Amino acid sequence: MAATCETQSVRARVLPWAPVLTLGIMLGPVAAGVLGTLGPAFGYMPALGGTEIGLDAFAMLFDWPGLVPASVLSVTTGLAATALSLLLVAVICAAWSGSVVFRMIERLLSPLLSVPHAAAAFGLAFLIAPSGWIARAASPWLTGWHRPPDVLILQDPLGLSLTAGLIVKEVPFLLLMTLAAMSQIRTAQARDTAMALGYAPVTAWFKTVFPRVYAQIRLPVYAVLAFSMTVVDVSLILGPTKPPTLAVQILRWMNDPDLKLRFLASAAAVWQLGLVIAALLLWRMCEVGVAGLGRRWVASGARGGATRTVRALSLVAALLSGGAILFGLLGLVVWSFAGFWSFPALLPDGFSTRTWMRHAMSLWPVATETLVIAASATLVALFLTLACLEAEERHGLRPGARALWLLYVPLIVPQIAFLTGLQTLAIFAGLDGNRMAVIAVHIIFVLPYVFLSLADPFRAWDARYGHVARALGAGCDGVLWRVRLPMLLRPILTAAAVGFAVSIGQFLPTLLAGAGRVQTLTTEAVALASGGDRRVIAVYALSQTALALLPFALALLVPAVVWRNRRGLRHG
Amino acid sequence: MAETGLTLDGVVIRRDGRRLVDISDHVAPGEVLTVMGPSGSGKSTLLSYVIGTLASGFAAQGRVRLNGQDITDLAPEARHVGILFQDELLFPHLSVGDNLAFGLRATVRGRAERARRTAAALEDIGLGGYGDRDPDTLSGGQKARVALMRMLLSGPKALLLDEPFSRLDTERRDKIRDLVFAQARAKGLPVLLVTHDHADAEAAGGRVHLLD
Repeated sequence: MAATCETQSVRARVLPWAPVLTLGIMLGPVAAGVLGTLGPAFGYMPALGGTEIGLDAFAMLFDWPGLVPASVLSVTTGLAATALSLLLVAVICAAWSGSVVFRMIERLLSPLLSVPHAAAAFGLAFLIAPSGWIARAASPWLTGWHRPPDVLILQDPLGLSLTAGLIVKEVPFLLLMTLAAMSQIRTAQARDTAMALGYAPVTAWFKTVFPRVYAQIRLPVYAVLAFSMTVVDVSLILGPTKPPTLAVQILRWMNDPDLKLRFLASAAAVWQLGLVIAALLLWRMCEVGVAGLGRRWVASGARGGATRTVRALSLVAALLSGGAILFGLLGLVVWSFAGFWSFPALLPDGFSTRTWMRHAMSLWPVATETLVIAASATLVALFLTLACLEAEERHGLRPGARALWLLYVPLIVPQIAFLTGLQTLAIFAGLDGNRMAVIAVHIIFVLPYVFLSLADPFRAWDARYGHVARALGAGCDGVLWRVRLPMLLRPILTAAAVGFAVSIGQFLPTLLAGAGRVQTLTTEAVALASGGDRRVIAVYALSQTALALLPFALALLVPAVVWRNRRGLRHG
Repeated sequence: MAETGLTLDGVVIRRDGRRLVDISDHVAPGEVLTVMGPSGSGKSTLLSYVIGTLASGFAAQGRVRLNGQDITDLAPEARHVGILFQDELLFPHLSVGDNLAFGLRATVRGRAERARRTAAALEDIGLGGYGDRDPDTLSGGQKARVALMRMLLSGPKALLLDEPFSRLDTERRDKIRDLVFAQARAKGLPVLLVTHDHADAEAAGGRVHLLD
């Protein structure tokens, strides 16, 4: 605890409860949702006449012929996307950290990160489809194609395009987490020491830095695994259809007019939760195995080499991954303005604003709804986060490692596993299908990101500024409002932008909590996927992306303008 | 008539059972008490106890009295104890003038009067017309003067110095040091200086308390 603060007012007495309140708001719905899934899965849902505890729903599930392929798909795409993303991130850091190239990659990170999953998936789809940009660029001079080839690239039964779509979005996320971890460890020193002992740079990094970095990014990796196994929106766009991934099938059963199928959906959600837990355990076992092999590799003293090859390969992979998003977005822009566009022309015959004009009127209310939801969820999350951090400061409520785990609970427990149950509960409580319900559910997912993004800068603030301010006669509130928050303007706005982007990207929570009646750009864009009108899809996906990018631009611009004459805050 | 000056009455500060600081002393108005010791000896910890911002993890006992009033349990902002750190810690989001205004007591009312007071204060330290400047554009010596003046404007009844001169080059160090001690003497403030620099202790001219 820094220094005693005033403790008599109501506000001062409520503050110590902020962490508990925040955890309740975040974890209460998760716990309730899991229970709400478990109940019907085992036959208990009085409102639908389910009063007998039994395994009927599971029997139905095991009779479904798609169960094995859907389960296999969930596990393979999840593991492959996670392992490949992690490998790519590690190799990029090993080969390039500390270089000019690396600083450029760092700068591209925030925009790449804020592109919603659905928009990135659409962009990728428009690139790799048989009639997509890549095929056009190679036709007919290389391929001889004069019409799009009849091959199943998108929605392939193995889930390869789904895996690719996940990787391009998970690489920026894991890279950001890795950068944060690396900034806490003196990585350059360790690597340079190893290099002085004759180790090649990449080998030096893997032997001295990676083990410590991995220990710090373990939870984000678990979150990526759970997310990749159960994602719905990307799966609807890029994933197989016969059968779809398990998560998509659960959503179908949930939305079926036959309410009896809710028992089946709940059982499948429990099954999905079990799959995720099993995959996490498998991953954990692999961690132990890899660690053992790694120790032997370190002890072997092998100095490594092939620095150039690894550098080249990792750069190509990074360019492919980042390029998939950037060119995907560019493709969306072209499609949204495209006039007639025949195959294999690289560009449309003409450009027009027709698609934008025609959809402007319907786009507007949806965009407004999206903004209102994102702004509300972000403001609540920001307020709770600041209250927690200030309570930590004033009352010495230092959270331990277990509290960090709690923060990751909403990111690791699959959405499909607890949102189905939450919706079931909400329907019978009459709480679903309105904006408030959607905001409340968004807060669950926005909070961890806002907290993770703001906690480090908030804690790293030089407390002596506060001591000086208090010695000059300012109270605790004065220090907070007049000194600390203004000095932290940039990280606060960045955290808000992260929260905004997270909220805008939410598909399943919006769909389920909104009962299909609350429409955001994300739900609309994904709903258009099956229609296949690329111009309309592009308009919605771009609007969604623009809305997510805007706060990041503001987070850069506002401090730059407000502090234009304050050199000390320009890089803070 | 109550005693005047700063009194440390049996102040003992421990960390993990280890005794860092053990001091009983009285600093009269205008007098300087220098506390010396190597880094990690708890010098700064003593100052944070006096201003009321001791970090958790330290166990402290003993009383601090200022002009006869026991301030040990007061909130930091109610103690009227000014402090200067090794870094100037000018608030980077405020202009030089607003930094001074932050220090100036709220009892000075009216925008015009407050502006006049900060402008005059800037004149006093040879920085007339610097009110709108970004503090980060000042030189080290200028920053040190602003930090000193900001603290003096808050009307402190005692002055704590946490190695405030160690960042300055030799020539500036002497000037700033003289300025600080002259101001303290002129205002009759008891001064508690912690340092590891013998030149500081000599310039202060007062008694020296050694920590180990």
